[in-house]
Amino acid sequence: MEEKEKLLEVHELYKDYGNGPVLKGISLDVHKGEVVVLVGPSGCGKSTFLRCMNGLEAIQSGEIRLDGNVITDDKTKWSDVRQKIGMVFQSYELFPHMTVMDNILLGPLKVQRKDKRAAEKEAEKLLERVGLLDKRDSFPRQLSGGQKQRVAIVRALIMKPEILLFDEVTAALDPEMVREVLDVMLELAREGSTMVIVTHEMQFARAVADRIVFLDGGEIVEMDAPENFFTRPKTERAQRFLNTFTFN
Amino acid sequence: MQDLGIRVLFMGNNFSRLLGGLWITVKISLIAVALSMVLGILLGMVMTLKHPVTRFITKVYLEFIRIMPQLVLLFLVYFGLTKSFGIQLSGQTAAVIVFTLWGTAEMGDLVRGALISIPKHQYESGAALELESRQIYRYIIIPQTLRRLIPLAINLTTRMIKTTSLIVLIGVVEVLKTAQQIIEANRYTVPDSALWIYGMIFFLYFIVCWPISRFAARMEKKWEN
Repeated sequence: MEEKEKLLEVHELYKDYGNGPVLKGISLDVHKGEVVVLVGPSGCGKSTFLRCMNGLEAIQSGEIRLDGNVITDDKTKWSDVRQKIGMVFQSYELFPHMTVMDNILLGPLKVQRKDKRAAEKEAEKLLERVGLLDKRDSFPRQLSGGQKQRVAIVRALIMKPEILLFDEVTAALDPEMVREVLDVMLELAREGSTMVIVTHEMQFARAVADRIVFLDGGEIVEMDAPENFFTRPKTERAQRFLNTFTFN
Repeated sequence: MQDLGIRVLFMGNNFSRLLGGLWITVKISLIAVALSMVLGILLGMVMTLKHPVTRFITKVYLEFIRIMPQLVLLFLVYFGLTKSFGIQLSGQTAAVIVFTLWGTAEMGDLVRGALISIPKHQYESGAALELESRQIYRYIIIPQTLRRLIPLAINLTTRMIKTTSLIVLIGVVEVLKTAQQIIEANRYTVPDSALWIYGMIFFLYFIVCWPISRFAARMEKKWEN
């Protein structure tokens, strides 16, 4: 992993909503092609961390670099940064007044000013990959939760981001729909996409991750390869956290 | 044999008088509705601000207008202003003022509701797609707000048109007053004209309001798909 170039570097990130720190100086490097999975108890700051990475939350101190460029100073134009960082959220956030195709094309046409025909072709290719080509003219409300999330992933992918952030994308789904979304993400991982994933699906985390980052109380408590983390957690806190997923 | 009251409708210039009255009704409604829509949108945007002063003022305004019966408002503006301040307004002007005040309050609340009903993640998803905030409003927020708003605004419009019948009571000769005048004038010659004339009034209100509510229904249907 070390020989690969660093795509995203987070240094001493500190975030406070005004009533106590949420993130207490987090440092994390994400390498090109790496899949980092953030796990931890609810409220540990993992979603906040993700949102800071693409500028949805202002940070109080610390630094984030993307491709070596600092993106957290005042000069940063977030709309430029987000060209390179795609994000998929927990709640299905498709635009309800647009068809699947229009949802996907909004970014390419309005932001990247791409040719409509070419963008449409690209969109069809991606839709086919997630098995939803026949839904191209459907409206979001005609889709199941899992289908909506897959469209949301396509909508992020079509912008060709260098890094993809997933914020508990399966947390609001019915159990039988979780799999179809996770499969898409697994496939992306296999193709070498760089991803940072927040999830509560431990089996999935283990399967998809190159590295597990365990957050608790606003700081990184443990960081390890999935095999090590899930079988031999080093800290007592991680041990306790993992125990909450087993019944005995 | 009993006289058919319907002939009153076409005696002399009765019919064109009724249409003239209808025009007064429509004119006052149109001006008030147009002003209410514009001012209401502004008010609604102001109402979404979190500033305590704007919050307080808009709330007092909204509650005041809502609690007052429209008729009381009409009397207040038409008679009250004259009595207390010596400002003499024509009935029509007073009517436009009152209906604009009322419409603006109602419209403002509708706009506020529509704006805050757009979930926060719609803004965030737009931002995550790299849209600039101008584009987020243009492509995501405003279209959704309008879809929620138009049926409600049209409903308000028809309510305002119907409620203008109250302005008879401040002496405006609109469609209803014209009808009463015609009925009175023919009380002895055609005693049962009231049914026909009021029937006509029903029909006139209907042809004004029905297309509007059809339009609303069509928009709703169109946006459903």
